[in-house]
Amino acid sequence: MMKNICLAVALWAAATAAMASGGMHLLEAKPDIHDKASLQHGAKLFVNYCMSCHGLSYMRYNRMAQDLGLTDSEVADNLMFASDKVVNLMKVAMRSADAKKWFGSSPPDLSVIGRSRGANWLYSYLLTFYEDPAPTRPFGVNNVVFKDVAMPHALWSLQGHQRYVSEPVKGKVKAEHISSLATDPKGVLIRREVTLENGEVLNVTDRLVVDISGQLQPGAYRAAAHDLVNFLVYAGEPSKLQRDAMGIWVLLFIAILFVLTRLLYKEYWKDVH
Amino acid sequence: MSAQNQAGALQAMMNWIDDRFPLTKMWKEHLAEYYAPKNFNVWYYFGSLAILVLVLQLGTGIWLAMFYKPDAQEAFASVEYIMREVPLGWLIRYMHSTGASLFFIVIYLHMFRALLYGSYKGKRELLWLFGIVIYLALMAEAFFGYLLPWGQMSYWGAQVITSLFGAIPFGIGDTLQLVIRGDFVVSDATLNRFYSLHIVGVPLVLLGLVGAHILALHEVGSNNPDGIEIKQNKNAQGIPVDGIPFHPYYTVKDIMGAAAFLFIFALIVFYMPQVGGLFLEHDNFVPANVLKTPEHIKPVWYFTPYYAILRAIPHKLTGVIVFAWSVMILAFLPWIDTHPVKSIRYRSVLYKALVMTFALTFVVLGWLGMSPAEPELSELGLRLGELYFAFFFMLWVYSKDRSGSFYIGAFVFVFITLGFIDAIRYDESKGMLMLVSAVLPAIYFVYFLLAPVVSSLNQDRPVPERVTS
Amino acid sequence: MNTGRRRFLTGAVGVVGGIGGAFAAVPFIASWTPSERAYAIGAPVEVDVSKIEPGRMIVEKWQGKPVYIVNRTEAALKTLPELDAKLRDPKSLEDQQPDYAQNEYRSRKKDLLVVVGVCTHLGCAPQYRPEVAPVDLGPAWKGGFFCPCHGSRFDLAGRVFQGVPAPLNLLIPPYKYLSDNRIVIGDDKGSA
Repeated sequence: MMKNICLAVALWAAATAAMASGGMHLLEAKPDIHDKASLQHGAKLFVNYCMSCHGLSYMRYNRMAQDLGLTDSEVADNLMFASDKVVNLMKVAMRSADAKKWFGSSPPDLSVIGRSRGANWLYSYLLTFYEDPAPTRPFGVNNVVFKDVAMPHALWSLQGHQRYVSEPVKGKVKAEHISSLATDPKGVLIRREVTLENGEVLNVTDRLVVDISGQLQPGAYRAAAHDLVNFLVYAGEPSKLQRDAMGIWVLLFIAILFVLTRLLYKEYWKDVH
Repeated sequence: MSAQNQAGALQAMMNWIDDRFPLTKMWKEHLAEYYAPKNFNVWYYFGSLAILVLVLQLGTGIWLAMFYKPDAQEAFASVEYIMREVPLGWLIRYMHSTGASLFFIVIYLHMFRALLYGSYKGKRELLWLFGIVIYLALMAEAFFGYLLPWGQMSYWGAQVITSLFGAIPFGIGDTLQLVIRGDFVVSDATLNRFYSLHIVGVPLVLLGLVGAHILALHEVGSNNPDGIEIKQNKNAQGIPVDGIPFHPYYTVKDIMGAAAFLFIFALIVFYMPQVGGLFLEHDNFVPANVLKTPEHIKPVWYFTPYYAILRAIPHKLTGVIVFAWSVMILAFLPWIDTHPVKSIRYRSVLYKALVMTFALTFVVLGWLGMSPAEPELSELGLRLGELYFAFFFMLWVYSKDRSGSFYIGAFVFVFITLGFIDAIRYDESKGMLMLVSAVLPAIYFVYFLLAPVVSSLNQDRPVPERVTS
Repeated sequence: MNTGRRRFLTGAVGVVGGIGGAFAAVPFIASWTPSERAYAIGAPVEVDVSKIEPGRMIVEKWQGKPVYIVNRTEAALKTLPELDAKLRDPKSLEDQQPDYAQNEYRSRKKDLLVVVGVCTHLGCAPQYRPEVAPVDLGPAWKGGFFCPCHGSRFDLAGRVFQGVPAPLNLLIPPYKYLSDNRIVIGDDKGSA
C-alpha cells in the first residue's frame, strides 16, 4: 500500500515537473552539492560572469567559504569583487534603477533560483543560447527554454555562439512544440513535435551547433555549466548539507524509539482479548 | 524519606489539589476510567496524531514568529534569514511546513474513518459538527499561513481566493473583497491581518474547538470499526464488556503510533521537505510580483479537490456557491445518511463500492486541481464534481430499504437534473466532449441506482452483538 | 501480568523518549543564539586613527556598542598615576581588559585609549569630559568620563572612581594595530 502511494507520488512529482517546464523534457543536470571542487569552480564562474548583474543577496561570503572548504582569505582574494568584508552578503554591484533602464527589467536575485526553476532548467538554459538576428532581440541572442529572454549570453566567451539549425519540414505547420532536449558531443539536440495542417504529426530534430568557438569545447563547457548549476543549487539551500548529515541519525533514533514503544504496547495488550 | 512516607506525602499533595481542582476526577473520567472499545484498528490513530501535529505546529509556529517579519518588503527575506542565518532555523521552518501538509493528511484520514464506521451517527452528530468546524478553521489557518512567505504562489493564491468573495452580487461582494483585503489588491495590509489571524486568532479558536470535540466524544463514548455501541453491554460493575480503559491501553498504543508518525515526519523533513513541489511549491521561491502572474496558479494540494470543482464551473457566482457547498455539505452528513447500521463492514456490497468511488473521486479531483485547465481535464473535473455531490444523494437513497420504483424514480430524477445542467452549459465547441464524458455519471448511476432493482447487491449484513477484531 | 517487564519497558521508553525530547529542544534553543546576521554586524571594525587630534575622541560602533577612541595628551597621561588612591581598581586587577591592556594606561600604546563606552553600572554611554576642573565636576577633576545617568566617574584610562555606583573599570575591547594609522576593534589574533 505504502509502496503504491510512494510510486504514485513520485510519478506525480515527475509529471508536475514536466508540466512546469511547459511540457518539455529538459536536460538532466545531476547536481551533487557534496562535490566541493565542483562548487568552488561554480562559485568562481558565478562571481566572474554573473555577479555584475545578479546578486546572491541571501548568501554570505563567509558562509560560502565554510561550506565550500575555502578559507576566508581565499574567498576575499578570489571571489570578492564588490564587497569589503567577508561577513557581508553577496549583493550585486549594479543598482536596480540602472538595471531597469539598461535591460528593461531588473535581473533577478539568484539566491533561490535553484529552488524555483530547478537544476535541470538552469542547466538547459545555460546550454541553449543561440544567435538570433531578429531586430527585436536586444543582445542578438535567444534561448530555447526561455523564449525571448532579456539577458545576453553571459557565458558566450566560454561556449562561443551557437546557431539554431532547424530540420526542414515538408507541409504546412499548424502547431509545434518542443518535446525534449538531448546532448551529443557536438552540441544540443532539440526534438520538436510538429502537427501539420493535414493532421499529420511529425517528430523532427533541430540542432544547436557552435558557430563561433569560445574558450571551451562543448564537453568542457557542459562541465562548466554543470558546476555553475551545482553552485546555484547549493546556494539555493545551503542547509541541505546539514540536513543530509543529520537525517540518518534522527531516523535511526526514532526507529529505536518505535521498537521500544512497540514492545511496551505488546506487553500491555497481552491483557486484552 | 521512606518509600511509604514518600507515597503518603504524594497522596497528601494530590488531596490538597483535588480539594481545589478536579485533577483526579478529570484523570479518571477522561483517561484511567474512560472505557473505549477494544477493537480500534489503524484508522483510530489519527485523532491522537492530529493532536500531536497541532502541538508541533504551535511549537514551531511560535518559534518562527520570533524571526519572521510580517511586512511585504521584508517577509520573503525574513524566511530566507530563518533558513540560512538563524541557527537550525531551517529545521524549525521545515517542521512547520511539513507539519501543515501532514496535518491535512491526518485529518482527511480521520474524517474518512468517520465515513467508514458511521461515527457521525446516533448521538454523535454534534461531535461531527465540531469536527467540521475544526476542518473549516484548519483550512482558514492554512490559507492565512500560506500568504506569509510572500512568494508568487502565496500572493496570487490569496488574490484569487479573496476575489471569490467579489462574486457575491448586489454590491456586497465588492465591499466584502475590499474589507477582507484592506486594500484594492492583496497587499501589506492583507499580510498583516492574515498574520495576526494565523498566529493568534485561529489557533485560539482551534484549541477551543478541539476541547469541545473531545468533550463531545467522551460524553457519548467512542465508536468502533463494528459500529456497535459498547455501552449497551455492561457487566455487573457497570463497565462495558467490550471496553478497556483508555489509559494505559490506548495511551501506550498511541505513543507507538506517534513514534511511527514521527519517523515519516522526520523522513520528509530531512530528505524531501519539498516533496517534489507538493509541500513547498517551486513558484513560492520567487518573491511576490504584483505585476506578473505565474503560469499555473494552484492552491496547495489539500485544497485542490475543491479547487477543481470551482474551476470546472464556467460561471463565477455559481462556481463559488457550488465550491462552498462542496465543503458545507459534509456538515449535513448525519442527516443525509440515516441508515441504522453504522459500520461499512455490515453494509451492502454496493455501499462499499459507493464509498470507495467517493474516495477515488476525491483523490482524482485533487490531482485535477493541480493540473493546468485544459478542456478535457476541465470536463472531467465537472463530471467528477457531479459524482462528488452524487455520493451524498446516494447515501440518502441507501439510508432505507427502497422499492424498485423508488430507485427508478431516483434514476429519472438524476437523468433530468444532469441533463438540465448539461443543457445550460452546452457549448458547440465541446458538444462531443460532453457526450463522451457523460459516460461517467451514466455508469455511476446505472450501477448504483439500477443494480439494486435487479440484484441483491444492496443487501446489508447482520450486525454482531459483541465487537469483533 | 509481568509487572517487572512493564516497569522496565515503561522506563526504557521514558528514558529514550526523554532523550528524544532533549534533542528535539535543541533547534529551539539554538535558534535563540545570535544569528549569522548578528555575528556579521558584530564583526571586527577597522578604524583610521591618524586624524584624531590630541585631546580629541572619536566614536566607532562595534557589536552594536559605542567604542571611544581617545588621543590622550602627555599632560593627561601624567595625571593618571596621581589618581590611584581615589580609584576602586587602579591596577586593573578585575578582568575588564585583555592582557596587553593590563598596564598603567590600559592600552597597547599609551597615547591611544580604546575603550567601550558603556558604563559598568547600568549601561548608559558616559560623556567624554577632558577639561580640567569644570564647574559641575569640581576642582579635583583631571579629565575623564562622566556618566550622566547616576553620576559614575572614570579617569582617562577608563578606571572607575571610588564612591560612585559603577563597580568596575570601563571595558577595553580586544583590538590590534594593523599599521601606525589603523587599528581593528574586535580582533587581536596574531598580535601579542
